[in-house]
Formats: sequence, structure tokens, C-alpha cells
Amino acid sequence: MTMTATAQAEAPAGRFPRAENRCRVVSNDPVNAEYRLLLVEAPATGLTAYAGQFFHLLCPTTHTDQPFLRRPMSIYRIDRENRRLGFLYKVTGKGTRALMTLGPGDELNATGPLGVGFDLPAGTQHVAMVARGVGLATLAPLARFAAERGARVTAILSARAPDLLMSRDELEAAGAGVIEVNDLDGTSKPEDVADRLREIHAEVPIDFMATCGSNRLLGLTRGLCAEWGIPGQVAVEAFMGCGLGMCFACVVPVRDAEGKEEMKRVCYDGPVFSVNEVTTW
Amino acid sequence: MVDLSVTVGGVRMKNPVMPASGSIAEGMADVVDLGRLGAIVLKTITPDLRQGVKPPRVVEYTDATLFSIGIPSKGPDYLLNHTVPFFDKFGPPVIASISADTVEDFGKLAGYITDPRIAAIEANISCPNLRAHGRAFGMDPVASAQVITAMKANTTLPIWAKLTPNVGDIAEMARCVEGAGADAVITANAILGMAIDAETMTPRLGNVVGGLTGPAVKPVILRMVNQCAEAVKIPVIGCGGIATGEDVVEYMLAGASAVQIGTTNFVHTSAMEQSIDWVADYCTRKGIARVSDLTGALMLPGDQPSEQRGAVAL
Repeated sequence: MTMTATAQAEAPAGRFPRAENRCRVVSNDPVNAEYRLLLVEAPATGLTAYAGQFFHLLCPTTHTDQPFLRRPMSIYRIDRENRRLGFLYKVTGKGTRALMTLGPGDELNATGPLGVGFDLPAGTQHVAMVARGVGLATLAPLARFAAERGARVTAILSARAPDLLMSRDELEAAGAGVIEVNDLDGTSKPEDVADRLREIHAEVPIDFMATCGSNRLLGLTRGLCAEWGIPGQVAVEAFMGCGLGMCFACVVPVRDAEGKEEMKRVCYDGPVFSVNEVTTW
Repeated sequence: MVDLSVTVGGVRMKNPVMPASGSIAEGMADVVDLGRLGAIVLKTITPDLRQGVKPPRVVEYTDATLFSIGIPSKGPDYLLNHTVPFFDKFGPPVIASISADTVEDFGKLAGYITDPRIAAIEANISCPNLRAHGRAFGMDPVASAQVITAMKANTTLPIWAKLTPNVGDIAEMARCVEGAGADAVITANAILGMAIDAETMTPRLGNVVGGLTGPAVKPVILRMVNQCAEAVKIPVIGCGGIATGEDVVEYMLAGASAVQIGTTNFVHTSAMEQSIDWVADYCTRKGIARVSDLTGALMLPGDQPSEQRGAVAL
């Protein structure tokens, strides 16, 4: 996989392609019962981020939480015009609990942009993305990028319940056609999602797929990509040590073209991999 | 202008700050200027190819981490053909680090990677000795000395022995490797630890046990550096929880000739550069002309004999 020039909007801003960006928090508000949106003003190096990359956030310390390591967070919004980055997160542990305490004007030290993001093949006509929960955050910038390049984008959003679905607006604003499915009404079953995608494919052929946030959806994506003979990519999530490929803590087993398994670093070799490479995560 | 240069175990460095083995890789060059470092210490390699241990590989504490990575290694040819050329271009001396399952393999590997682009070889003797039921070489003074002897017999490069802190008398270990010809000791590797998840009733590390590193271990390793420095004539390189320039100075006062920053690189990529600047400012402020004058300059209270420092009054 080549690091695509297509996904990078501008050349690195400084002497180094990655930096400890000292960002200023613009807002940090809940978007629903589970998720929050953190918006920051970022220096030039931070704004070179492209879809699928992530930042490694230095979390503040609070009375109850003193996270020592940084926390990896995929980029939800890249707004170069207003020099802002957005992160969509769910409060699950001490890192995200600490992040929750940041308010407007606070500094956020964000190392990045990090990792290898999505590599959208030139000439892609129709992108289908399937995401569950916060996995959607990772795919939103890809929807915008693909739409800007003239591709049709169909996004299937999956969640436990309808009120936990997010970012329909964000994706529609990016130019995506959005289909929502959930566990409560049973529409999120992988076989049903696959059938809907087959119908869509029969109308307007899909030539690229992207997924994030669910092992079941990864399996579904891998199957459909094989069925249609098209490329597909998955953004993998992992607890990380360094975020820069140095500590080898965030490895996942990855299969190469000959079927040989190798441990690869999510932070440095990924987080985006071909759906055929990733075995489990 | 403060003279920050030091000469340690046959290697001249423009300042005393270098990364600990395994704490930087190619990715660090995307963020900081590796040319500013005193030396560039590479990740340990083994003669064979290794994938490392089963994840999860890291547990986090308030100011420490428990890592069990298992030395993933692409072997000596990858080191010579890819890793060394990548880091050689930045300027500072490049220090290779090796480990092996047997004394003979330590020797052979040291010979194999002897190369003008490598300034010294670190002997990572904290790994299990397969000929001794998996007991770490570094826990056994005789085996440690044998490793150094075997390496010295196979290479002309200086050998730095990286000691394990998981011993009763680290000064004795330092003396043993000095006797075998080591050119410097690095004090120390990680402290063996374990973490358990009460909810799942399982270990938090795939490998069950791991190495504790980070600022929390500083007092323990600082004490060991002091003990080693009093025991040997070869230079001692301090390595344990260093995060700031102040930590660097403390280690040098305790007897270190140079230092290594490890875990902190994972969180603060600028820590090594900031430490170098802080030490230069400190020396200027204190009127110290040469940073090497700091080594062992700790001022002890009164005329209390050093032998009594090990005892704790209850």
C-alpha cells in the first residue's frame, strides 16, 4: 500500500512531518448520551492530517485520573479553512474521562498526524462505508475526501439504538448517502446489511469499501470485497504505547499476500490496513 | 560556553543524553532532530527473527508502565542493511544492542555486526539464558562475565553491559562484567513486575510478567547507579525513569557518566532535547565548565561513611 498523495491536501508545514501540536480547545461538548465532540485550533503541522490518520493526545490530569500514556484518537473532522481539528470520542476510561474536563481556551498537546490513513484509489466512483459506533468518526473525513473527488459515497451507520447514531448530518454535509441501521429494530444484522449493499451495488456499482469499529462489519466488508473483486480497507483501533512505531505494544497479526502472518504496528504500519491483511483485532 | 561532551566506554559524545534501547525507532526522526543526541542507541536484535510476545503488551500506571514486548527482531542483516544506514546519517555515534539465547551466540552476533558505522555494542543480558533453564544471564555473575568475554573475543568494538536491576547486589554484577572486559555498564534494565485484572481474574500482560519502567523507578535505579559507580572504574550509564534535565543531573551526581532516556520518549518526544538544554543551563547557572565534572560530584552530609547508607534505622 502506498501512502497516497491523493489524500494529503498540502505538504508538511514544518521541518518535521509530525509534531507535538499545541492546540487550543474551542469546544468540548456532548453530542448524545455517549459521545462528545472535541474541537481544537491546531498549528500548521496538525492540519496536514488526512483521512484515517490519528493524533496521540496528552490527557490532562485530574483528582481521580492521571493517565501517563497518551491516548490515540482518530480524526473526525479536518477543517483547514478554520484551522480546526475535531475528535469524536466516547468516555470509557481514565484517558477519555480526563479529556472530558478540557474546556474552551485550554491547551491540548496532540502529537501527529500519525499513522498511515486511507488510500483511496484514483478514479474511484462509488465508495461504500460501513461503521459501527465511534468507528464512524474515523470514516467521516474519508467521506468528505471521496465526495470532493467526485465519488459517490454510501454510508451505512450501525448502532445499538437509533438515538446513539451519530453524524448523519456530518456525513450528509460531506455528500454521502446515509443509511441507518440499529440493533433494536433488527436492521443491523450483518446478513441484512450485506443484502442492502448488494441492492445498492446492483444499481450503482461499488468499487471501494471502508470500515471501522466492528469485527462483524470487517468480516462483512471482506466478504463483499471478495464477491465484487474490489479493494477494501479497515481502520484498526488499539491501545498504544508511543504512537510512533517505537515501542511495539500495539501490534496486531497481519497476513501478507502469501498468507504469512506477521505482527504489525497499528500506530505506524496502520491504523488503516487492507481488509485482507487483518486477521483479528 | 559549557562543555557538554563526555567520553563513555570508548565512545565520544557531544552531550551525555541518549535514548535507551528500544525507546526510539525510525518514527522518532519524523518529530525530533536526532542529530542533537549524544548517541543513538538502537533496539536490541537477536540472531534469529522474532515476532515478540502475545499482546496485550503494556499496562499503564500513574507514572510508570509495565511492558512485555519480547524483543521483536528482524535479525543482524536487517540491522546492517536498513537500521544502521537510517540512523547513521544523523551524525551521533550509533550504538547497537544485542541479545541471544547462549553465550556463544552473543559472541558470534557481536562479531557479525562489527562495522565501522557502529561505535559500540550494548550487551542486553537481561534476557533468559536457554542453557540455564531460562534464568536471565544478567542474574548470574558468571554467565554475565562469559557473555562479555565472548563478545570481546569476537569484536574490537567497545562493549557496554546493560545490567538487570533484578538482582540482590548490582555492584557485584558491575564488578563481574568489568572484570570480563566490559567498557561501560548501563544501570539498569526494567524491574520485573506483574499486573492482574481483578474483574477478569487474568493477567493484564500476554506474557504475564513484564518490566516496570518510567519515572516511578527513578529512586531505585538512582541508588543502583550510585552503588555501581562506587564499585567499578569503568563508566556507568544511568538509565531509569529519566524524564527531565534535572533527572539527568541527579544521575550524574550519583556517579553516571552519561544517561539514557527511555519510557519518557513514548510520551514526550521532546524530552531528550529539552533535557540537553536544561543541563547546559544548569551548568551555566552553577558555574560548571564541563558537564563531566558532575559525575560523582554528589556532596554527602558530614563525614558519614558511605557503607552506612545501605542501612535504614527502624
